[in-house]
Amino acid sequence: MTIATETRYVGRPMARREDKRLLTGRGQYIADFTLPRLLHAAFVRSPVAHARIRSVDLARALEAPGVVYALSGPGLAKIVPPVSDSQLSLPAKWKSQIQHKFLNPQQPMLAHDKVRHVGEAIAIVVAESRYAAEDAAELVTVDFDPLPAVVDAEAALKPDSAVLHEQYKTNTIGEFVLRKGDADAAFARARHKLRRRFHHHRYAAIPMETRGVVATYDDRTDSMTIWSSTQVVHWVKREAATMLGIPEARIRSVALDVGGGFGVKGHVYPEDLLIPFVARAVGQPVKWIEDRHEHLISACHSRDQIHDIEVAFDDDGRILAYRDDYIVDCGAWNPIGSGIAYNTAVHLPGPYKFDHFAVHARIAATNKVANAPYRGAGRPEAALVTERVMDLIARELRLEPDEVRRRNMIRADEMPYAMGVPYRDGQPIVYDSGDFPSLLKKALDAVGGVEAFRKRQREARAQGRHLGVGLGCYTEGTGVGPFESATVRVDPSGKIYVTSGACPQGQGMETIFAQIVADLWSVDPSDVVVQLADTSAIAIGFGTMASRSTVTGSAAMHDASRRLQKKVLSIGANLLECAAGDVELRKGGVGIVGVPGAEVSLAKIAHAARPGWDNGRPQGVEAGLEETYYWEPPTVTWSSAVHAAIVEVDIGTGKVTVDKYAIAHDCGTVVNPLLLDGQIVGGAAQGLGGALLEEFNYDAQGQLLTGSLMDYLLPTASDIPEFQLIHQSSPTPLNPLGVKGVGEGGAISPPVVIANAVSDALSPFGAEFNSTPIKPEQIVRAARAGAARR
Amino acid sequence: MTDVTMDQVDVRLTVNGKPYAGRCEPRKLLVDFLREDLGLTGTHAGCEHGICGACTILFNGEAARSCIMFAVQANGAQITTIEGLAKGGELHPLQQAFHEHHALQCGFCTPGMLMAAIDFLNVNPAPTEHEVREAMSAVLCRCTGYQNIVKAILAAAPKMKASS
Repeated sequence: MTIATETRYVGRPMARREDKRLLTGRGQYIADFTLPRLLHAAFVRSPVAHARIRSVDLARALEAPGVVYALSGPGLAKIVPPVSDSQLSLPAKWKSQIQHKFLNPQQPMLAHDKVRHVGEAIAIVVAESRYAAEDAAELVTVDFDPLPAVVDAEAALKPDSAVLHEQYKTNTIGEFVLRKGDADAAFARARHKLRRRFHHHRYAAIPMETRGVVATYDDRTDSMTIWSSTQVVHWVKREAATMLGIPEARIRSVALDVGGGFGVKGHVYPEDLLIPFVARAVGQPVKWIEDRHEHLISACHSRDQIHDIEVAFDDDGRILAYRDDYIVDCGAWNPIGSGIAYNTAVHLPGPYKFDHFAVHARIAATNKVANAPYRGAGRPEAALVTERVMDLIARELRLEPDEVRRRNMIRADEMPYAMGVPYRDGQPIVYDSGDFPSLLKKALDAVGGVEAFRKRQREARAQGRHLGVGLGCYTEGTGVGPFESATVRVDPSGKIYVTSGACPQGQGMETIFAQIVADLWSVDPSDVVVQLADTSAIAIGFGTMASRSTVTGSAAMHDASRRLQKKVLSIGANLLECAAGDVELRKGGVGIVGVPGAEVSLAKIAHAARPGWDNGRPQGVEAGLEETYYWEPPTVTWSSAVHAAIVEVDIGTGKVTVDKYAIAHDCGTVVNPLLLDGQIVGGAAQGLGGALLEEFNYDAQGQLLTGSLMDYLLPTASDIPEFQLIHQSSPTPLNPLGVKGVGEGGAISPPVVIANAVSDALSPFGAEFNSTPIKPEQIVRAARAGAARR
Repeated sequence: MTDVTMDQVDVRLTVNGKPYAGRCEPRKLLVDFLREDLGLTGTHAGCEHGICGACTILFNGEAARSCIMFAVQANGAQITTIEGLAKGGELHPLQQAFHEHHALQCGFCTPGMLMAAIDFLNVNPAPTEHEVREAMSAVLCRCTGYQNIVKAILAAAPKMKASS
């Protein structure tokens, strides 16, 4: 039996099959979706950061025109007891290796005892139109007993702080230690040491489509259908089943076209569960579309870490030991537990050799919107620290930043490289493939090299202009488990039907999965039917997050296909009246090896495979042509990249202009270079937004000061430079296609690249930028202070 | 004000060459009228406060944000929405360029991006890259980093000029 993989479509820059509907206004996003008798929900959200709820009065809202239903948090708590706090679900293999403590407060569907951030939902009003629901929501009155707002993460950890989750008597809701080697001994020996504090600020995914849910309950069959703008339909199904007390088999969860996610739609929110609950309570379908202000005050934020680091290094700039004590400001709730904080810890080493390090992380609860993974998920914070440190060592030793990096980097001939600490799946981290020094060279070459730049920089300085070069290197664990599913079926038409737990938001998965499956089956991509984001198509799935879907989805499709193909070949051989060993997949069917023209189509094989009399199956072959496979990755596969930028800083206005920005990237086998570039550039643009513009600011009372897109600045076309991309491909041995994840990578480096470049530009002023975003006022202030010192 | 039932008003307008008559509350936003009353859901509401530009339509031939206008203000207006762009199943040259250059990912901003670009290219049929970037800063995209949008608009410009 021969099953050869042809690569006719993998690797080709195919334009997307998703585009036509989206370009012509025929996409269907959650807000576009409607049902007969549909009702509309609006939420009453907390105007204060921290308070006890004394009472909620719905009477006036219930009398308002068009209102059919209203429910408050205290009212809900009487009907559905709040879920008790549970243990975080962490792999036993991780728990046995890492000293840790996690508390896991569970956010109720509506706040009932306390509110813990501005924007937390306290009541829901359901009416015949969204306008009527919003009007009525304004008539709900809440009596609060104010409590001190906990806004600063460091202050939150002090014993005298007010406490958000009083059952714990502390705001430290997570803590762990990660160690390698003997940092103390290495520090004692070291000749050079430096200490710094870094702050990576709070910003967020901000997809152009906000969240939204439509739910309808069918009393006849006791079943619920939920459509929502989510990255995780199976997770929604699972939690809805628990909350509603109906079997998962009676719940269908669907994501339609989703207008961007980037992580913020990657877990189940209280609203995702409350809308189905209310739809069942009122006996009519209910829709909720989040408005933009609601999104900014209630959909998860991200980043927001303070790092106190200490580094020991030798005369050559080689790092000897590293200590990092950091705090993650997780806001009022911690939906993804250890995810971000531990990601930061294991991504601190990046592409460098760290023989001795000691990391202590704490997660602080504060009266802010909850912190959850957003494109990068703890890695931009790690990169800010490590890549600033590289530049600081360079400055201290009067070396070039690329030279310090090169001296510390893991070489290509040292791969695969064991890092000596476990990933969050509990498996030992081993960089599976890659060539980091080569990426560094490629990125530097693309911006003209450091030496040529220094000449340009000197000439510019002589004219009073300030140019700087910034580097940012990273490694990224991608395609994390625990699993992803795929079902592959040969349709009676002969087309290959494929579905998976992967759940897209614009990545182009329909296109790339069609390319991959077309190669697996030697068919045209147009002969592949791709169905995603619907739990009725496949019962068990994981979802899209963590740069995992191409990796895990393709592997599941590969293994399901390989199993199914054995059956297809044996039935094909039976129809061709030869031995199974003499046939191969070709031209959309099965053919006899070496005999052109002797083929039987997949449609005929599907017909022969049917159950019942007169079928064409050989003896002992069961009916049907469908296989489901759950791919469980051995561990993550490591993507890597180097970003290099040249910027010009106007010290009068504080404006930073990116002159050149190059990204040398390695994500293994490339499925579709057109879409790959789109992912990298899109991520990098978000990173630049975070580096220079986007920021959630809270005042001392916990009021969000950037609660509209007039205050929260997203980058526009005129803010973003042209990115130059250079590709390197080191396929991984860890999955059948050799692919690595790419969704998040672009967003990891830009904040530190800009911090490094601006620090370099302003080095004559002795300025250091160790916090983000890099704002004009900081630049002007640093330049003035530096000039005054000179 | 909610205990006052708002009087409905008549709205008559032409959308994509087709006349429509509807009745709605005077406070109803044009974007909601297009989407809910006329069923033209291709125009998206991304921020509802006039910043993101996803709701951009052509209002008497000029790009306008339909989330910061009332439907009643469009009385008598000629409106073009994304649904009116492809003719007879053929993509508009700009839509085709967006497809070929991978200038969309999630597609949520795309209708507004296309409508804004059409108005821009009508005014400036042969723009520079810098001019495209300045003009398109009217619409936010979170997926593409704009690079392929800029490329697509630059590629479509001569084709649109030729076909006009």
